[in-house]
Amino acid sequence: MSGLGIDASFLDLPFRHLADVALGRAADLGVTHADFRFERVRYQDLHVRDGSLLGTQDSSDVGFAVRVVHGGAWGFASGVVLTEDEARHVAERAVEVARVAAAMTTVPVELADEPVYPDVSWTSPYEIDPLEVPVAEKVALLVDFTERLRAHDVVGHATAGLRQVRENKFYADLAGTRTTQQRVRLMPEVTAMGADAERGIFDSMTSIAPPVGRGWEYLVGRPDAGGWDWDAELAEMPDLLAEKLRAPSVEAGTYDLVIHPSNLWLTIHESIGHATELDRALGYEANYAGTSFATYDQLGSLRYGSPVMNVTGDRTAPHGLASIGWDDEGVATQSWDIVKDGVLVGYQLDRVMGRQKLELNDGRSNGCAYADSPGHIPIQRMANVSLQPDPDGPSTEGLIERVERGIYVVGDKSWSIDMQRYNFQFTGQRFYKIEDGRLAGQLRDVAYQATTTDFWGSMEAVGGPETYVLGGAFNCGKAQPGQVASVSHGCPTALFRGVRILNTGEEAGK
Amino acid sequence: MTTSPTPQELVERALAASRSDDAVVIVRTTSSANLRWANNTLTTNGEMSGVQVSVLAFDRRADGVAVGSVTSAASDLAQVLALVELADTAARAADVADDAADLVDGVAAPDWAEPPARTSIGVYDAVAPALGTAFGTAGGGGRVLYGFVDHEVATVYVGSTTGLRLRHVQPTGHWACTAKPTSLDQSAWVGGATRDFADVDPVAFEAELTRRLGWGSRRVDLPAGRYDTVLPPTSTADLMIYLLWISGALDAHDGQSVWSRPGGGTRVGEQVAAPGVRLHSAPAYPGLEAVPFVHTTASSETSSVFDNGLPIVPTDWIRDGVLTSLLTSRHSARVTDLPVNPAPDNLVLDVAGGAGTTEDLVAGTERGLLVTSLWYIRVVDPQSMLLTGLTRDGVYLVEGGEITGLVTNFRFNESPVELLNRFSHAGATELSFSREWGDYFSRTATPALRIPDFNMSSVSQAQ
Repeated sequence: MSGLGIDASFLDLPFRHLADVALGRAADLGVTHADFRFERVRYQDLHVRDGSLLGTQDSSDVGFAVRVVHGGAWGFASGVVLTEDEARHVAERAVEVARVAAAMTTVPVELADEPVYPDVSWTSPYEIDPLEVPVAEKVALLVDFTERLRAHDVVGHATAGLRQVRENKFYADLAGTRTTQQRVRLMPEVTAMGADAERGIFDSMTSIAPPVGRGWEYLVGRPDAGGWDWDAELAEMPDLLAEKLRAPSVEAGTYDLVIHPSNLWLTIHESIGHATELDRALGYEANYAGTSFATYDQLGSLRYGSPVMNVTGDRTAPHGLASIGWDDEGVATQSWDIVKDGVLVGYQLDRVMGRQKLELNDGRSNGCAYADSPGHIPIQRMANVSLQPDPDGPSTEGLIERVERGIYVVGDKSWSIDMQRYNFQFTGQRFYKIEDGRLAGQLRDVAYQATTTDFWGSMEAVGGPETYVLGGAFNCGKAQPGQVASVSHGCPTALFRGVRILNTGEEAGK
Repeated sequence: MTTSPTPQELVERALAASRSDDAVVIVRTTSSANLRWANNTLTTNGEMSGVQVSVLAFDRRADGVAVGSVTSAASDLAQVLALVELADTAARAADVADDAADLVDGVAAPDWAEPPARTSIGVYDAVAPALGTAFGTAGGGGRVLYGFVDHEVATVYVGSTTGLRLRHVQPTGHWACTAKPTSLDQSAWVGGATRDFADVDPVAFEAELTRRLGWGSRRVDLPAGRYDTVLPPTSTADLMIYLLWISGALDAHDGQSVWSRPGGGTRVGEQVAAPGVRLHSAPAYPGLEAVPFVHTTASSETSSVFDNGLPIVPTDWIRDGVLTSLLTSRHSARVTDLPVNPAPDNLVLDVAGGAGTTEDLVAGTERGLLVTSLWYIRVVDPQSMLLTGLTRDGVYLVEGGEITGLVTNFRFNESPVELLNRFSHAGATELSFSREWGDYFSRTATPALRIPDFNMSSVSQAQ
């Protein structure tokens, strides 16, 4: 699968020569492993508020990194000066860091084997590079979005933002692998804000269009050709906001939930995606992002959820935000099972973990190493972790019809989960009361709270393929120094029985 | 052999090359080194350096000023001149900016000609061997350590066609360590900020972690509910940083934050916290020295590219319980009719009469909880500033002024605004380090607070 081909201005950069110099110097210093990563990541951010451009920013991160194993310890260094001298110097610094680290490294670093890919390339599928579209055209579209919303009396203020990214990477290692890759992603977000003066409340309604690994066609293309139906979404947002402002406050208690993919993707991200990162389960993130309840000793036995729960890890999904050809350790990316029929059967791995757990994936990494910039060391990051639909499953309406007293949840908003991924609490954009299998208007002040295995154990049914949506995020944080990663999560609409609902106003003591 | 141009040369050449009516150039050099460990062994370690150049081009027209902003890693003149070209082009293509204002005037600061400051892996010359000792002690005692030390020295140079030549060196360091017994059935955490690591002793913090794990020899299960709760300065910092971040004047003025006055306008001038509460920032605050001028590459609700070089002055956000200031650029200050108060890089909470330490507040608690660490804090409801989050790495039962056991973790739902009204006791303000946000906002000074009815919404099984 390919997009527009790798940007010629990236190919003109001297990364191959710098790689040869840096890897050569590392080899001279006696390393047992060395890899070189050269990146250019371009960002453009546009921000419109109430029909006016608030700000634009073009930025790029360009540089290279050398990572070595020397004396059984990791060493890493990076720089931005693109000269032979600097490549040599950065390699020397990486070895020096490893020397300092070796005295405190009690478990020698070993990497899982991986075939050598001598000179390969990959580009993500998209039609129009958003960074090549004139800024004025993009700003005009966002201004139009906010003006359409503000044409309605209920909308006091409207904002629109667009982040665009084009990421180029070159990877080389002493084993002989050379990969050159390019991918494009973008994240639009539109919000309408309003107030009900009589009730003394304000609220907002944000678009549910997910961030995607697509080009500009996502904003202006036909819905049947990968474009989002912005006309439809913008047209309904003011009325949805007005209804939300008028809606009654929820009565706290236990409800059945039908959760739309625009909300469920985030619950998957937090309670499955992070929980099945093997580095967390092994303690590597214990000081910061946390560990996992899904410990390795429970592989093959942990009842993660109900039998209708099937979750895959996939770094090859078309338009996925975590999709790539080879990861940042030169591993060809893959797809695999994480939860099968409700039981934990797999983890996300990098090469260190693949070596430690030889019984997983035949002792091979499944391609989950990623660094968000040339200045950061690759760590195990999330694949596109997705809940699979039931091939014969019902529509969203069919799931709602099964509920006597419940709530239908659409869109994400607030999220929080504990450091072992047990206890979570989420809100959303819209909560609809379900009475006798039918929607009965919106509710306000709703949050759902559960324990991960209880929640997924309560999943009675998943929708059919026509309910499946690939959601995701640009801002998944992890590691020290902190890194962010983009990741997609696909899922169908799903039905959960007996979930705790909080009234957020009561939680605030009102 | 060629040498790389200095940051000052990059600034001057970029300003000279710009064909726009005005330009601002920001060069930020960084140098950092870190060590990370888990399971009593080092994991990922590194030493990084970078030079980031931002060129802001201003195109003046009859109907206003348009801005082009381009930032990139760059280290030679050709790269910087390419950035200038991109910024000039972007400015010509842009619409006029709403926040247009006169650029800040200035002259060269006395230290303008000084080179960038740097750090290296050598900053850990004393810490690294002590860390090795701590690993040995912990391993021998049936404990496992996980942690991180990071030191960064950033030097920022700001130059403009209106004469501004400013330089600031910002050392930022922090350390944190989590300990668990080999059974992994409990956890303790300590951490702090530092400017140079001269004051960080891994042997000492390993001993403190051992002491805390010892408190877990007795386990107590408690249900969700409201508890008399002692928050140490680190947890107070977690909540106050969020309070600062949501204090944008424009959002408040537009009726979208807890600082919005029902019916329009902001709550500036209202009593929003208990008398004696003072939340403030000052670039020169001892131990929390922070950049004293604006340097920003993009305009937002709380910042403006036209304000580059504007002094960040000491500001009271809340004084004697009264909301006195909100985050403003010159533009949003005009819109909201409030004083200009750019975003600071430090934050201090003082409570009049506050005295003593966390331990002193614990000693005065008949029955309650000591929460040592908060985590995953997010806004649930912006209108009430309701936050949710969790305790982690050590919640302890206090009985008769003594710590008597380890309690399960909880999810909380609370508003920091409410807490500043409801606390019953406050300690003395001390330098602190936010558990969740300290990696990004490390310059805080806060007291321990005792909250009589902290809302623990549900139990978390996490250990």
